[in-house]
Amino acid sequence: MSNGSLGWRDIKPGAVVTEPGSAAAYKTGDWRSLRPIWDHTRCVKCGMCELFCPEGCVFQNDEGYFEADLSYCKGCGICARECWTGAITMVEEEE
Amino acid sequence: METFSVYVPKLAPKYEGLVPGHRFCIGCGEALAVRLASKALGRDTVITCATGCLEICTSGFPQTSWNVPWIHTLFENVGAVASGVESGLKAQMRKGKIPEKKINSVGMAGDGGTSDIGLQALSGALERGHDFLYLCFDNEAYMNTGVQRSSATPYGASTTTSPAGKVSIGQKTWKKNLPDIVAAHNIPYVATACPSYPFDLMEKVKKGAETEGPAYVHIFSPCPTGWRYPVDLTVRIGRLAVESGVFPLYEVEDGSYKLNFDFPKLRPVRDYLKAQGRFRHLSDDEIQNIQQRVEKEYKKLKVRCQET
Amino acid sequence: MAKRTPLEVSVAVAEAAKMADVDVVAAYPITPQTHIVETLAEMVANGELNANYIPVESEHSAMSACLGSSATGARTFTSSAGQGLELMHETLYIGPSSRLPMVMSVCNRALSGPLSVWGDHSDAMAVRDTGWIQVFVENGQQAFDHILWAFRVSEDHQVLFPVMVHHDGFHLTHVIEPITLPEQEEVDRFLPKPRYPYALHPDNPVSMGCYAPPFIYSEIKRAQDEAFRSPEVKQSILKAWEDFGNIFGRYYMPVEAYRTEGAKVLLVTMGSFSETAMVAVDNKRDEGKDVGIIRLRLWRPFPYEEVRDLVKDADIVLVLDRCISPGAQAPVYSEIRSCLYQEENRPQVFSFTGGLGGRDIVVDDFEQMIDKGFEMLQNGSEKEFEIIGVRE
Repeated sequence: MSNGSLGWRDIKPGAVVTEPGSAAAYKTGDWRSLRPIWDHTRCVKCGMCELFCPEGCVFQNDEGYFEADLSYCKGCGICARECWTGAITMVEEEE
Repeated sequence: METFSVYVPKLAPKYEGLVPGHRFCIGCGEALAVRLASKALGRDTVITCATGCLEICTSGFPQTSWNVPWIHTLFENVGAVASGVESGLKAQMRKGKIPEKKINSVGMAGDGGTSDIGLQALSGALERGHDFLYLCFDNEAYMNTGVQRSSATPYGASTTTSPAGKVSIGQKTWKKNLPDIVAAHNIPYVATACPSYPFDLMEKVKKGAETEGPAYVHIFSPCPTGWRYPVDLTVRIGRLAVESGVFPLYEVEDGSYKLNFDFPKLRPVRDYLKAQGRFRHLSDDEIQNIQQRVEKEYKKLKVRCQET
Repeated sequence: MAKRTPLEVSVAVAEAAKMADVDVVAAYPITPQTHIVETLAEMVANGELNANYIPVESEHSAMSACLGSSATGARTFTSSAGQGLELMHETLYIGPSSRLPMVMSVCNRALSGPLSVWGDHSDAMAVRDTGWIQVFVENGQQAFDHILWAFRVSEDHQVLFPVMVHHDGFHLTHVIEPITLPEQEEVDRFLPKPRYPYALHPDNPVSMGCYAPPFIYSEIKRAQDEAFRSPEVKQSILKAWEDFGNIFGRYYMPVEAYRTEGAKVLLVTMGSFSETAMVAVDNKRDEGKDVGIIRLRLWRPFPYEEVRDLVKDADIVLVLDRCISPGAQAPVYSEIRSCLYQEENRPQVFSFTGGLGGRDIVVDDFEQMIDKGFEMLQNGSEKEFEIIGVRE
């Protein structure tokens, strides 16, 4: 059901929201105009990019490298700015 | 930096109390600070949230960004609602209505909700000695309503209600010292933190949550939208504020002050001010004026650290 | 065995909260409510009541703390009056919108300015539309009874709305009356402790008080109003009164009629003045006048059907308000009149306002009102309202 079609009968008492973390359904990735790219030759897998991500959308993949979940990444570039080995660059999103 | 790579992934809690999909602005320092705080707090936490950016960006009905139990009622009453949450849980545990368990009662509000409209409710809750933690996310103005000045706005900052103009330098008053006002309540734990120092922030939030009685952490939360700096500079701006002495990181434990990061020589405040649009209009004289004030306050803090 | 004891009504109200075994009391002192919260604080201090008493720094914080406490599932009580209720104002809307059960005794008091600590219904009328279930009581026994009743209704999963019990400042709070106190066992039988279904707890994390953009605000408010005026809420209110009567022997109704049989003129009152008015009705009945009285107990949700049913045969209805609505009709009058407007044979409704800021309305005043009613019956009336007992 899309949010716009909720009727008053669909509202729980007190308009309480009982599904934790349900806002994850809202993808903020389309806010982005820049995208982070990791250079694995420079990455030391320290995880500073993960820690400094305001979205909490940087994660460690099976190989131990970090990447951003692009469905949420807003492209702020803090990860690139704070990466002390310079492993991350921000590139323009193409249309 | 050898140990650094080991240090980071090991020590940061994996838990996220705040999920992605929230509506904070791009590069928001408050979002980062809240995320780090929620890691430190963990699952067994009930959050009372004030009206403001934090509430609006995380709770658009019918969805929530929160993994932990969370309540928002109004703007100025976080101290009081959190008092009720703490008392309600404690009374029910004592009476056997719910199982005994350590649950963190945590209030969260912005600088307006804390140092202006919510100050009375906060002061009451601190004075009554509730076992709770209050986190103030200070982005130095009413950002949610469009960057109006608060009593936490620093001297010289241009906001929409303290605009710099031909005959005004912007905010004409010095930032209200909330951590000191809170410390004057003689509560067991007061600290300042900044997300640019994530482990320090998480440790302080954890310590505050574990403290028996009231605890308060004042968290500097750089705001690219209101402070007018490029969105990727959030962590850097926070670091400049700390390194220049504009926002020193310290703790007050049972009345004794401790500076967590001391710098033999402070960075010039100019480095911090010039990076932000809200201070762009300041003349050299005014910057010098701010420099002197920052040094004076920093010295006062250091004296207190030695004396207590 | 229940025992009958002389008690100050405020003490009786505190006694009821104690017998309800409340978990949290958050209150700020204000005349004429002080004796209630002082007594509760004393009960907690003496270990007679196992509750957390939060001595908040304002009424705004009192209600805010109650919201937090109730949200964790704790049985929550507070009391206020006049300016205190006004300072709470914005917080009062949250309980009903978030469906948080709790009980507040309101010791009705006039509103400043000028300052008056004495009684009228201005405070109650100012919070009329906050979405609380609201009842008015007439004497100390009813005040005691309705605190227990209010918890039962408020916490019922079919209801989950906060309840205000209005009782007149000083005229009730500070008088000593013989009160029948029940046995704890009877109270426990009447008052179960249902667990609040959405309690804030890490085992079941919910988000409460999310903000509503325009696409959903109307639906949320409609859901709240539909629940508030639902048959389930009405049934719960009536069932609680019925069960109360069956256990304690005192029965209550949303609207209570006294000597209304064949009455051409009807008085409508709310609160403690009803008892004085009943004496006037007795006197006039002795004179052979067909007059009766309707006492409105349930104020919100408003008992439209019951009111219509009781006044349908009257020709003149005289409504007494203890509150002024500047530049408009008095609130109870306005409600009664609009309630009757669609009726084919609607009576003429006349508005009396009086008893402001602690001013008494004595039996003689009520008799004069009744006389005016009969005069209207004979000759009609140009006027629609009158302020009584005010010097020219």
